[in-house]
Amino acid sequence: MTTQAIAQLDGATIEPSGGVCLHGLVKSYRGPEGPIRAVRGIEVSIAAGETVALLGPNGAGKSTTIDMLLGLSKPDGGTVSVFGRPPREAVDAGLVGAMLQTGGLIRDLSVRELVGMMASLYPDPMDVEEALEVTGLNATGGQRTHKLSGGQTQRVRFALAIVCNPDLLVLDEPTVALDVEGRREFWSIMREFAARGKTVLFATHYLEEADSNADRAILMAHGRIVADGPTTEIKARVGRRTLRATLPDVNQSSLAGLPGVAAAERHGAVVILSCIDSDQSIRALLEQYPAAKDIEITGGSLEDAFLELTGEPDADGPDADKPQPGTR
Amino acid sequence: MNGIAYTRYELLRTFRNRRFFLFSLGFPLIFFWLIAAPQHNKVISGTGLTYATYYMVSLASFGTMMSMISTGARIAGERQAGWTRQLRISPLSVRAYFRAKVLTAYAMALSSLLLLYISGSLLGVSLSAGRWLAMTGLIMVGLLPFAALGILVGHLVNTDSVGPLMGGLVSILAFLGGAWFAITSGFLHAFGQFLPSWWLVQARNVALDGHAWGARGWITVAAWTAILAAGAAWAYRRDTARV
Ligand SMILES: Nc1ncnc2c1ncn2[C@@H]1O[C@H](COP(=O)(O)OP(=O)(O)O)[C@@H](O)[C@H]1O
Ligand SMILES: [Mg+2]
Repeated sequence: MTTQAIAQLDGATIEPSGGVCLHGLVKSYRGPEGPIRAVRGIEVSIAAGETVALLGPNGAGKSTTIDMLLGLSKPDGGTVSVFGRPPREAVDAGLVGAMLQTGGLIRDLSVRELVGMMASLYPDPMDVEEALEVTGLNATGGQRTHKLSGGQTQRVRFALAIVCNPDLLVLDEPTVALDVEGRREFWSIMREFAARGKTVLFATHYLEEADSNADRAILMAHGRIVADGPTTEIKARVGRRTLRATLPDVNQSSLAGLPGVAAAERHGAVVILSCIDSDQSIRALLEQYPAAKDIEITGGSLEDAFLELTGEPDADGPDADKPQPGTR
Repeated sequence: MNGIAYTRYELLRTFRNRRFFLFSLGFPLIFFWLIAAPQHNKVISGTGLTYATYYMVSLASFGTMMSMISTGARIAGERQAGWTRQLRISPLSVRAYFRAKVLTAYAMALSSLLLLYISGSLLGVSLSAGRWLAMTGLIMVGLLPFAALGILVGHLVNTDSVGPLMGGLVSILAFLGGAWFAITSGFLHAFGQFLPSWWLVQARNVALDGHAWGARGWITVAAWTAILAAGAAWAYRRDTARV
């Protein structure tokens, strides 16, 4: 697995026009206490047609990476290639559509006009009505952009990103401001669009979003890639939950043997189970030990999981920039 | 790619914006009627111009300066909303973007000018077609420094301060340029001639003998255009570097 990954990362086995290739990317910002090393040498290659989640806690360097991928900022080191071209050329050719993390809409135009304006900038855009249709905005097309709800605004921003009919769609935490319903709607629209054979890269700090919407997740922390693989694998690595319950008089080792439980601890009357599959564990627990009470399940935070994977946040060992063994 | 459609949408947005109507069109027009109407045929001593002619050009200067600098407010707002970044990941070139902004500002300025010309005519300003055109031409050229100033302000200032800055700047420039009352001698007279707004206001003298700017006028306007355009280019580059 590892050798294959390295061969890929050289670019030797990748078709030059294949997809997205980030090679040795480095970017620092000037901070009050010296440079902030936002991205510290990352290697990513995404094949055409893949849907990939860039998963990491706040400050991991996701947006900085995306800015460089889109040509919005220049890397301090390394190269970016999008379908075999520099980002600016790919953008000019209308191959790339993006929704940035922050960004509102401009006033005094209707939704239809705004999407039409964006379409007018591209060589081979999608029909405006089709873009509205795909994003479920048919009924909203005549409305002025400053009178929209949060969910509608995000859908308009999505429409703006896809109206150029891009081959690569880049989304930076697109659902952060949305409620549960808004999120569900947004992702179902996204998946439908991705199913047209598009390459999609989206940044998120929710494991669930990555799990249910991407084939592959790239884990990023402190400017580095700490794991890269199928979402199922990634989920197993970082998706542990903690189950707490008050349950005296039960043997610790029999708790550790419950389905879905990886480890068990006891602190007085309280047991703490570290679960790979907390759904399974809680069912088994209640079945076998109905006396268990004060039950609490908490998701281990991504930040914790990442810290575990990366070790010291600012470590700069010789191998620090390489992905962990066993990841691809 | 297609900057023309973009310009068209920018115009549409501008003409839908109520604040634009109020500041660039409404204010100058209301002031003109208030100041000039009561005594429109009276000649203002020392100028040879009637109240109507004098204040028609004064308020046109005010309104058109406002139009140009309001580009800055729009740019500042779009930057703040993150829209500028969204545009930068489209094929729209920086040139086409600024061309659209400047053309829109000129369209606003021309509308303001037209309304004041009509009002002026109603109050007895009567010029030959050639002189109307010459006056308009000078005002358009005199606005070049302000087109650059708009872009400079837009990339330098945030949305909170852009309003007061614009209002203050235009008021001071109009005052020192001799828009509100004729400055015919003394320090202010000597100083005013170094300002671009002075020459904008001087376009009124076309009504006297068909001429308004000597070499000094052209040089001053050209120098300010060069300085402010360089400033605008600097501010734009500095702004992108911060992304
Ligand atoms: N413009 C900037 N100036 C200084 N530091 C920045 C800037 N943008 C981001 N950073 C810093 O760089 C790091 C990575 O940020 P970012 O790429 O936004 O992460 P993410 O998108 O994963 O939350 C953070 O420590 C952040 O504080
Ligand atoms: Mg981010």
